[in-house]
Amino acid sequence: MTADGAAPALELRELDVAYRIRGRDRQVLRGVTFTVAPAESYGLVGESGCGKSTTALSTVQYLPRNGRVRSGSIHIAGRDVLGLSYAELRRLRATQVSMVYQDPSQALNPSIKIGNQVAEVFRVRGIASDEAEDRSSEVLRRVQIADVGSVLKRYPHQLSGGMQQRVVIAMALAKDPALLILDEPTTGLDATVEAEVLDLIAQLQAEFQTSVLFISHNLGVIRRMCERVGVLYAGRLVEEGPVEVILQDPRHPYTVGLIRCIPRGGVRKDHGRLDTIPGFLPMLGEELPGCVFADRCGLVREVCHTSEPPLHRLGERHASRCHFHDEAHELPRVIPENLEAASIDRSATPLVRVADLEKTFHQHGHAIRAVAGVSMSIWAGETVGLVGESGSGKTTFARALLGLVAPTGGSVEVDGRTVPPKLGQRSQQDVRSLQIVFQNPDSALNRRHTVRRILRRALKKLANLSGAGAEQRLLELAQSVRLAERYLTVRPNQLSGGLKQRVAIARAFSGTPRLVVCDEPTSALDVSVQAAILNLLVELQTMRKVAYLFISHDLGVVRYISDRIVVLYLGRVMEFGPAEVVFEGPHHPYTEALLSALPTIDGGGRERIKLAGEIPSAAAPPPGCVFQTRCHRKLGAICEEQAPPLVEVEQGHLMACHIPIEELRRLQAEKAVERVPAAT
Amino acid sequence: MSTVSVAAPRPSEARIARRETLQQLLRSPTFIVGIAIVGFWVFCALFGSSVTPHDPQDQSFTPLLKPGGNHFFGTDTLGRDVFSRVLVGASDILKVAPLATLLGIAGGTVIGLVTGYFRGIVDDAVSRVVDAWLALPLIVIAVTALVALGVSTATLIVVIGVVFMPIVSRTVRAAVLAERQLEYVQAARLRGERAPYVMFVEILPNVMAPIIVEATVRLGYAIFAVAGLTFLGFGPQPPSPDWAAQVSENYQLVNDTAHQGNYWTVLFPGAAVASMIVGVNLIADAIARVLQR
Amino acid sequence: MARFVAKRFALSIITLAILSVIVFAATKLLPGNIGRNVLGNLATQESVDIYNHNVGADRPILTQYGDWVWGLLHGDLGTSLQYQVPVWSLMGPSLVNSLKLAAEAFVLVVPLSILGGVAAALRRGRAADRVITITGLSLTAIPEFVSGIFLIVIFGVFLGWLPVNAQWPSGTDLLGQMKYLLLPALALVMVLFGYIARMARAGTIEALDADYTRTAYLKGLGPTTVIRRHVLRNALLPTIAVIATQMGYLIGGLLIIEKLFNYNGIGQRIYTAATSKDVVMLQSGVLIVGLVYLIATFAADLLYSILNPRIRLAAAE
Repeated sequence: MTADGAAPALELRELDVAYRIRGRDRQVLRGVTFTVAPAESYGLVGESGCGKSTTALSTVQYLPRNGRVRSGSIHIAGRDVLGLSYAELRRLRATQVSMVYQDPSQALNPSIKIGNQVAEVFRVRGIASDEAEDRSSEVLRRVQIADVGSVLKRYPHQLSGGMQQRVVIAMALAKDPALLILDEPTTGLDATVEAEVLDLIAQLQAEFQTSVLFISHNLGVIRRMCERVGVLYAGRLVEEGPVEVILQDPRHPYTVGLIRCIPRGGVRKDHGRLDTIPGFLPMLGEELPGCVFADRCGLVREVCHTSEPPLHRLGERHASRCHFHDEAHELPRVIPENLEAASIDRSATPLVRVADLEKTFHQHGHAIRAVAGVSMSIWAGETVGLVGESGSGKTTFARALLGLVAPTGGSVEVDGRTVPPKLGQRSQQDVRSLQIVFQNPDSALNRRHTVRRILRRALKKLANLSGAGAEQRLLELAQSVRLAERYLTVRPNQLSGGLKQRVAIARAFSGTPRLVVCDEPTSALDVSVQAAILNLLVELQTMRKVAYLFISHDLGVVRYISDRIVVLYLGRVMEFGPAEVVFEGPHHPYTEALLSALPTIDGGGRERIKLAGEIPSAAAPPPGCVFQTRCHRKLGAICEEQAPPLVEVEQGHLMACHIPIEELRRLQAEKAVERVPAAT
Repeated sequence: MSTVSVAAPRPSEARIARRETLQQLLRSPTFIVGIAIVGFWVFCALFGSSVTPHDPQDQSFTPLLKPGGNHFFGTDTLGRDVFSRVLVGASDILKVAPLATLLGIAGGTVIGLVTGYFRGIVDDAVSRVVDAWLALPLIVIAVTALVALGVSTATLIVVIGVVFMPIVSRTVRAAVLAERQLEYVQAARLRGERAPYVMFVEILPNVMAPIIVEATVRLGYAIFAVAGLTFLGFGPQPPSPDWAAQVSENYQLVNDTAHQGNYWTVLFPGAAVASMIVGVNLIADAIARVLQR
Repeated sequence: MARFVAKRFALSIITLAILSVIVFAATKLLPGNIGRNVLGNLATQESVDIYNHNVGADRPILTQYGDWVWGLLHGDLGTSLQYQVPVWSLMGPSLVNSLKLAAEAFVLVVPLSILGGVAAALRRGRAADRVITITGLSLTAIPEFVSGIFLIVIFGVFLGWLPVNAQWPSGTDLLGQMKYLLLPALALVMVLFGYIARMARAGTIEALDADYTRTAYLKGLGPTTVIRRHVLRNALLPTIAVIATQMGYLIGGLLIIEKLFNYNGIGQRIYTAATSKDVVMLQSGVLIVGLVYLIATFAADLLYSILNPRIRLAAAE
């Protein structure tokens, strides 16, 4: 109960939830207790298997068939959820609580018009059809959808991802609920779209005074959206408190470790290496006596294995479940802070030179220019980060570079030699020099082959090794990616995501690759695992002097690992330069907007820049500069008529913008211009 | 560089997984019942005359006796013991159906792999032909072909096998299309692997599960087809005790309502066919369930 | 949508063309030549040659094919070699008969199997589901002539409710005809039920597990509304295609049922034509069957594109 006596929006007390898997009950939530006050925004953060989605589903009583609440209580706006009859539960869902989850395209019924789906929210409360329709229009306007009339008549597949999520949010808030649950609502959306959706949520929350339970694995997003946060590990709430306090003064070894895993501004791979958390994330429902974190904790002592730590109150609504919370910040590092990084000799010939690479697809009679004249040089031992949102062409570019997709124009040179555009035409030597690590480790490895078989085959084709020589090399390779020998005889589906990715990396490094394309290699991994993989990649680069083309939508990661950065928009290079320069400025207006959208866990956030409209379709690129339809620094007619050439505005820094660099430097030093246009 | 010793080989995890699958199968009731039924008929077909109470071809008994007494299932028009004939009636089916299925699966898999992997013109052309082929009911094609080629065990196997190929290729092609999107296929290409390697070593093992399921389903349909064709007169001819042949010989008697349509002459052989197919389908279902894990 | 439909239509035409080639080529494979088959083994070679020349069997294959197709496009199916009458005069009534039987079977099996499949999905994993699934599985496994026999024996012989012959005496009204067709139609229902029900079940389960179903429940809607409004229309889309593919079988694949029930449908015509080596009749019969299948699948595609908004309307640009 809060000071004024109003019931909390959500109150969980000692909630125990178990799933029945293969005949045995496995505990997924262990005594979870927290409260969300009215109009408060509470974040729940954790990695895979920690139970955050289970918490959300328990709250609305939508657990899968094999899940049940073993003990504890759930109260929403003072009502005991577990004691409700089915009719009462339906009433609760219709009026008091809403849930928004990942992937809006799946959350909307593809066969029903948007208008009808939104109106349903009203009709279920007995409101007549006409009024329901009016209120639907109203609520869509509230989420800043411009052409409401037309959107109501459309089907979900006719809307963009960002628009769909707005509709889902509109449906959620239409009932003016006491509690709004958001489960990874922006994962999978582009950076700029994500920023807009989050802004919208924050705005609506302030307007409606709704309580929010915000579930995410991303601490940066939580920091932006929430006042308080709870850290979940293996189904137990290990620390809880105001967001800023948790970030400045974490008092649980897991929280400390987690924060150290996240790349922070200004920290680069050569000074300020990411730390990792040793061990593996526990499986869902694993038996964990004593402290759930004991197996991986650097401060562990005898008592941690035997007794469950109680909740220690640390003042200011800050609490921690650790026997040794006062020593938390002394948690020893696993990886030393400063490690050598590869040195790059820029006087030599570039390893890879790409000139005017073009790739046009033909679909439904439209010509889609996915890559429109991209040029770059990559030197041995360097990491070039490739950044862009959907439609930027970054994946297509990488595939064209590798020959997986035949480019429609331009050329690729390796070591000064032009290589044939198609993979099948390339010599085995060229094939061996360019390798790739994919995003999704599940589909990147053949699930019917054992790890040993996968690596042996790679060794044979990429290093020409077989027999005893191959076996020896295999063991060395496994060691270099820290893959224990006992994993060699298993199939990939028995390995965790992080381990699979290590195998994929080992495979890429079986021969002596000169350039390895890393296509979102850590996007599908948990934060702590991501840190380990990034460290591995940096280590291998130092040892083998290999170059990386590192593709990612996560700017924080790109900044950490890249020496130089390329920013792509609609298949064209907007900016290309040393990582720090691109990040610090002066930078291209698009880069500026991208960076402002990035939720960070550090202080001193940039002023949010809202971009007008949506990303244009590659089939109909805007005339002149492709970015002009959304640019907040648009000069005027010149941007609409002439495409700005990519010129070297500073030493090693290229940009495609009509605004001279000095002007940009001046403008960006001031406060950023903010416009709030409606989404169309 | 320190020396790294090569580890001694251990029983691979793959072998352990296969053993576990087998154990799971053996515990499934559908599998056990299915194997029991099919096994029973196989046994009878193999040991034929030694297990029957009377000689299946012996015509010395009173014709059209109702079931009971000495004749468990009665006798047929020519005075033969129906029970004995039913016991040995599986042999032709058991000869033709599995081989036809094998042929269909092998051919269909190759077609499916090639069209699914290469796409493009090859796929378009072959798919159109397959579409046209699938427009015709199996029976129609089989009858036409058998009239042209003449009836024998060999032609039955070939005709049914070939008719199955397009159907199997559809399933395989769909599975291959899904697989080839996955990155491990691209990783293979990036190693410089050639097309046959990618198709047969990388992709094929991953589509084995649907192929095996399809094979077991096809086996049921093969038995269906053999029985149906025999009924139409395209299989073993009288005096063979083949089940469908028995039905074909005796079904006109059904009109004789005075004697209850002499139902026993056709009901029991019919039930035998049904039981065989049900048995095969139960096995198919059990295997499919286990492979889904 | 127009583009989708046009594309499917064009593909169907191409398939039809290929089908005609296959059918033509296949019938040319039949042993012997036309003259010999019609006149018999005792006729002289000379008379056989004259006969062949008269019917045009000695011309180049392509010309024969071209003539045949030309005739088809003008509605001329040729003259039956066996009966020496225009093919259509025999094929027409047979086709009508087949359509009647197919219609009755269709009307019975489609609602039943969709209901069964959906019910099984809604009670997934429980007793009702297992019963429906296993029943469907078992029934489908039984060859038509066996289930036909069972039905005849039980309903025709023992209970005497229905006639054992499907061919009704002339002058029977439509209702009476349907009664005669009931037994074979039921046999067909038994064959098709399992297959269609399984599709319906799979589609329903997929829809039940979908995120949009969760959204619907979390809006506070009750199970009946969710299933009726949100689940069913998505669940049944794939079933349409399956039902259409069975059409070819229902029209032309019933040789066995027709023989068993003594029914004069297209299946019987094809069977007789094949065994008597009446090539002209055979060609036409097989082509008609293929045509029906193509029409049915095209209609299904059309229906699917109308019902599925993703195809009916283009995606956002």
